[in-house]
Amino acid sequence: MGHKSFHHALKIQEDICIGCAHCMNVCPTGALRVREGKAQLYNERCVDCGECYRVCPVGAIMVEQDDFSKIYDYKCSVALVPEILFGQFPENVSKGLIYKALEKIGFDSVFEVEYATEILQETTRKYLKESDQERPLISAFCPAIVRLIQVKFPALVNHIILQKPPLDIAAMYYRQKLIEQGYNSEDIGIFYVTQCAAKIAAIKSPVGDSSNDINGVINMDFIYNKIYATIQKEEDQANNAYDDNLTPEAVNWSLTHGEADNMEGRCLAIDGIENVMDFLEKVEDGDMEDIDFLELRACDESCAGGILNPSNRFLTVERLRNKAKKQAEKEIKASDNDINEKYNYLVDHLELKPVIPRSILKLDEDMTRALKKMRRVEDIMSRLPGVDCGSCGAPTCSALAQDIVKGEASLKDCIFIQRGYEKRDMMSREEAYEIMKRIWGANKLND
Amino acid sequence: MMMEFNYEINGGDFSKAGFASSNLKKMLKQINTDPKLIKRIVIALYEAEMNIVAHAYDGKINVKITPGQIIINVSDRGPGIEDIDKAMEDGYSTASDEVREMGFGAGMGLSNIKNNTDQLDIESTVGKGTDLKIVTKLR
Repeated sequence: MGHKSFHHALKIQEDICIGCAHCMNVCPTGALRVREGKAQLYNERCVDCGECYRVCPVGAIMVEQDDFSKIYDYKCSVALVPEILFGQFPENVSKGLIYKALEKIGFDSVFEVEYATEILQETTRKYLKESDQERPLISAFCPAIVRLIQVKFPALVNHIILQKPPLDIAAMYYRQKLIEQGYNSEDIGIFYVTQCAAKIAAIKSPVGDSSNDINGVINMDFIYNKIYATIQKEEDQANNAYDDNLTPEAVNWSLTHGEADNMEGRCLAIDGIENVMDFLEKVEDGDMEDIDFLELRACDESCAGGILNPSNRFLTVERLRNKAKKQAEKEIKASDNDINEKYNYLVDHLELKPVIPRSILKLDEDMTRALKKMRRVEDIMSRLPGVDCGSCGAPTCSALAQDIVKGEASLKDCIFIQRGYEKRDMMSREEAYEIMKRIWGANKLND
Repeated sequence: MMMEFNYEINGGDFSKAGFASSNLKKMLKQINTDPKLIKRIVIALYEAEMNIVAHAYDGKINVKITPGQIIINVSDRGPGIEDIDKAMEDGYSTASDEVREMGFGAGMGLSNIKNNTDQLDIESTVGKGTDLKIVTKLR
């Protein structure tokens, strides 16, 4: 897959964007700029973490989902749901009631992603023992983290555990199961209910894998509203018995420590993309080799903090942890669950292809030219004020310096440089005004 | 085409050790250096920084980047090394008990630098200090 075809679930709606630069200032990979009064995304830099979505004051950043009516195109449509979905609702809204609501909405079947973790837990433990990859090994669970490593920590792609995330394994299992029940593969529509943009992007353009068992994606907030509307009409709220067979470990899997606590050796769990980046710097320096396993999640509180979740992340965590405690009392054996019927098939098909680095940091492919450009960057940096004010439409002085060297911006875009030029009669007021208008649009200049 | 950077390191300042190597890592990423090479260079420079922090009063690091190679000159004011051949052996260390208690000074420093670079020259005068020249080819 070329860089150009890189899929993003996050889209900026230009008609709504007010060019306020909030998104630009929080983007962990420096993927945003402001031009002509609108936010612009550098596709190859974006890892779909969704930090921009959280801060946009006008809702101009949307998460692209599939048209819901697509579910009716299949003979058998499946809602593939993460445990986080059930954590969105207060405890009096039972799992049985939510299952029933999903079926009323139009799904023929519902399957929970976390059943796949029961297999993954075993294979990952084995992987940790047997793999000769460099340590620490890094889980491929969070798609935003996999992409972050590709673009910002290319030296670490060899640390990624080459096993599909639970989402892919669950979809693979359920499709096989339905095929065995007599459905043709093209009659099966598997729709993943997602809490984040990164999982959408991963489904639409998978990293390290070409096959895909998922037909569409539906956003958590959208389905949440549909479920609520349906259960409010439900007369018999209490009588929805549902026999939940997930192990406590599976219930907790997508929360922070969900993976790390179930692995052997020295295992760390880190959530929040800034925390993860700090730690990956250390891993890159090579002094973390005595750590066996890293669970890295882009969102604070892991998937409970997904950008599409309507519920507060801490309440979601509380609900799922309580649920796990209840499941622990049941003494469930993971091996009794249906997914184990396909154990061998799934284990044979869960390998990911090696993850390819695609560094956004290099200034040029050619080292001599890159070195020349780096010198120019340093030279420009010495002239810029270093206050990272963002008035030039780039998030930092260093980002502006790099943009200039790449020919995408001008030194005159800096408001401090402009003042100096004006004082020395090297720039007219008119020209300075035009520059700011080009970056921020006429509206912001009250013109 | 060459770029040059200078760093000053204070002995005993363990919290700052790794600053120069982190900084160099950013540069090497920008000039499209092979990730495996970056790791080796960063480990070598980090060890050199640690040597100053753990053993010397202070020191200077000079990094020259050219398209073909990276030359790191490290020069410290400190106790110097009596027997360089012995110091090159894995596990040999002159670090004080205090430093060892902090988990540093396991004596892997110089051999670790040598293992991660193409060329390591050491000159040392007991009672004065130590100079290292670390060369890594980029191609």
